[in-house]
Amino acid sequence: MDYFLQQLINGLSLGAIYGLIAIGYTMVYGIIGMINFAHGEIYMIGSFVALITFLAIGALGITWVPLALLVMLLASMLFTSVYGWTVERIAYRPLRSSPRLAPLISAIGMSIFLQNYIQLLQGARSKPLQPILPGNLTLMDGAVSVSYVRLATIVITLVLMVGFTMLINRTSLGRAQRACEQDKKMAGLLGVNVDRVISLTFVMGAALAAVAGMMVLLIYGVIDFYIGFLAGVKSFTAAVLGGVGSLPGAMLGGVVIGLIEAFWSGYVGSEWKDVATFSILVLVLIFRPTGLLGRPEIEKV
Amino acid sequence: MTMHSNTVSSAAGGAARGVDWAATIKDAGLAAFVALLLTVPLVGLRTVDRPTGLGIEARPEEVVASLLLVFLGRLGLGLIRQGMALPVLILALACAGVGLLLPMPTQVLRLVLVLGGGVIAIRAAMTVATGRSKLSQADRDKRMDRIAAKVQHASRYIGPVAVAFAAVLPLTPLADRMILDIGILLLTYIMLGWGLNIVVGLAGLLDLGYVAFYAVGAYSYALLAHYFGLSFWVCLPLAGVLAAISGVLLGFPVLRLRGDYFAIVTLGFGEIIRIILVNWYQFTGGPNGISGIPRPSFFGIADFSRSPAEGMAAFHEMFGLEFSPLHRIIFLYYLILALALVVNLFTLRVRKLPLGRAWEALREDDIACASLGINRTNMKLAAFAIAAMFGGFAGSFFATRQGFISPESFTFIESAIILAIVVLGGMGSQIGVVVATLLVIGLPEAFRELADYRMLAFGAGMVVIMLWRPRGLLAHRDPTILLHGGRNPAATGAAK
Repeated sequence: MDYFLQQLINGLSLGAIYGLIAIGYTMVYGIIGMINFAHGEIYMIGSFVALITFLAIGALGITWVPLALLVMLLASMLFTSVYGWTVERIAYRPLRSSPRLAPLISAIGMSIFLQNYIQLLQGARSKPLQPILPGNLTLMDGAVSVSYVRLATIVITLVLMVGFTMLINRTSLGRAQRACEQDKKMAGLLGVNVDRVISLTFVMGAALAAVAGMMVLLIYGVIDFYIGFLAGVKSFTAAVLGGVGSLPGAMLGGVVIGLIEAFWSGYVGSEWKDVATFSILVLVLIFRPTGLLGRPEIEKV
Repeated sequence: MTMHSNTVSSAAGGAARGVDWAATIKDAGLAAFVALLLTVPLVGLRTVDRPTGLGIEARPEEVVASLLLVFLGRLGLGLIRQGMALPVLILALACAGVGLLLPMPTQVLRLVLVLGGGVIAIRAAMTVATGRSKLSQADRDKRMDRIAAKVQHASRYIGPVAVAFAAVLPLTPLADRMILDIGILLLTYIMLGWGLNIVVGLAGLLDLGYVAFYAVGAYSYALLAHYFGLSFWVCLPLAGVLAAISGVLLGFPVLRLRGDYFAIVTLGFGEIIRIILVNWYQFTGGPNGISGIPRPSFFGIADFSRSPAEGMAAFHEMFGLEFSPLHRIIFLYYLILALALVVNLFTLRVRKLPLGRAWEALREDDIACASLGINRTNMKLAAFAIAAMFGGFAGSFFATRQGFISPESFTFIESAIILAIVVLGGMGSQIGVVVATLLVIGLPEAFRELADYRMLAFGAGMVVIMLWRPRGLLAHRDPTILLHGGRNPAATGAAK
């Protein structure tokens, strides 16, 4: 039971991270119908920005941990969203009316470019970092210990999700975003600046991915330039599992994937956990192509 | 990093004669500000390994340099748009010249100066020549289509000449070890590109996991040779069959999916196969791979080594030649050339068969095909299996050429490269695959000393080619069948 709870917590925090990345995929797919293959790289960049910010404020002599964490969070969200914006501006916007394959190839190219860009600038070796937020919360007389970082991940994700849902459901920006998702042309005719909304979608997705990147850095304490690929594919799996285009679905899919991965590693062995994830993806697509919370896709002639 | 490819949609081409300095500078300043945000954390601050742990190093000069370059580049583009093309052309050329001739603190700066100056200069020169700031997408497409159509028609003559050239290359004195090795590499990718073209170009299925079949082929041969001592010539067809079977097994459940979902699932399958290869240590050797894979013999009758094993003739004695280690390389070269040509011939012929026509129809309109009673799943499965088989052939050739394989060789990036070859060349275009292979594999091979920047340039190149020509370099397809047997109407070139 203790072991089970432990894995549950691990799975939830991992799932929160996948969910945060998956939202970026799902929103972009919902609005322009493309798989933003470079999104995993955006998450990786977020992680690197967080690391560099931490080292920089350490060099400046700030040692109060809460302040450091706040600065890291804000800096990685800010700088990473600029990357998200730029990627869309350079690589996707000119291709909006092109054949379906062109943006995907462009996105794969962007992903390769960003990976090597970081590798060249920051080095190929993995970057270890001593724990910033050490310590555990012990439950049930010490049988289950939850590190503060994992707890913080879950809490921050919850807060962000609530805020984000409000943003989409209550504000005019969210309304414009939903309008574009339904019908870009009509939204444009009604005075919505479609280009701006799409840009903002990328910015929001990148900001959330940056949070995920920072959390991964805090939890595992080691990152390298290659972490984006696998995390990206798994988060995309999460988005598909939840139903592409659905925000709660992305979160739910992320949590499911995280739990499967944690329990699989805990009870079966960590070598095959990626196979488990990909098999889930295949099974979901075969038996329920619209995902858990997705709308059925209508085939138009 | 460069923002040069940015264009402002709101600025109409060359409408105003007078230069609106304030707006232009503001625009360039904004671009520079974005560049500042992009470069401050990742270019300006570098993590370095210190004995005490991770440290950090500031590189303000690189940030300033990139800011200046983005600012100037953007300013140049803005001025070109406002009719100041000639001065910009001169300045850009001067800039490129300075980068080329004067000593620079870093090579990167030199490269950026030359490239940035060059791009701006080309833009400016085009404007000076045509009086327009920028060719419209449609104009560009029309021009490139014309070129592509010419190449397609010329390919009737170029094709045989190229094949003849490839066939005599090893016999000329030009052929040293390096040239032949590069030739083999290029031909391997051409074969893979042609193989994938069946799935992507003909049947219109986006396969992101083609490397899985390449891996199945390679490991089939390596394992069969390792455990049963079978020779290459027995294993080659077996590898093809096994890869085709795996194609059917993988394809069957997922072929109902459409478009991007299909792409992601194939990617997942590619990764699953790689993970199995890594983790099934007892059988596949895990991450260490399999070494000592036997080299091919001369069709099982002669061996290429100086003193072959018992019961085998030596190739050089059999043909009365001086022994040379090059013989095996030349043989491998011809082998892959023949394999590649088989794929090409197959594709050219199958397009005239009902099967190929069904594929092309599926690519154009899935639903119409179903209405016409074409069994979509079977057709797609056939394309998948046949392409997988060719991938398997290429894989077992790869294994026998390398003598060593490991899961490292079958990562997603390989799939991406092969797909890039197909798409950049122009889907469905056979000659496009050759051109794209020369670009994608040949160019980096020629610039080996810039090894660090190869993949960076590769990624950027993929983006740039897609922006410049979203349908691929030589995406011109003559319809396979024509109504009334007449000349094809111009509209068909624009078919999806």
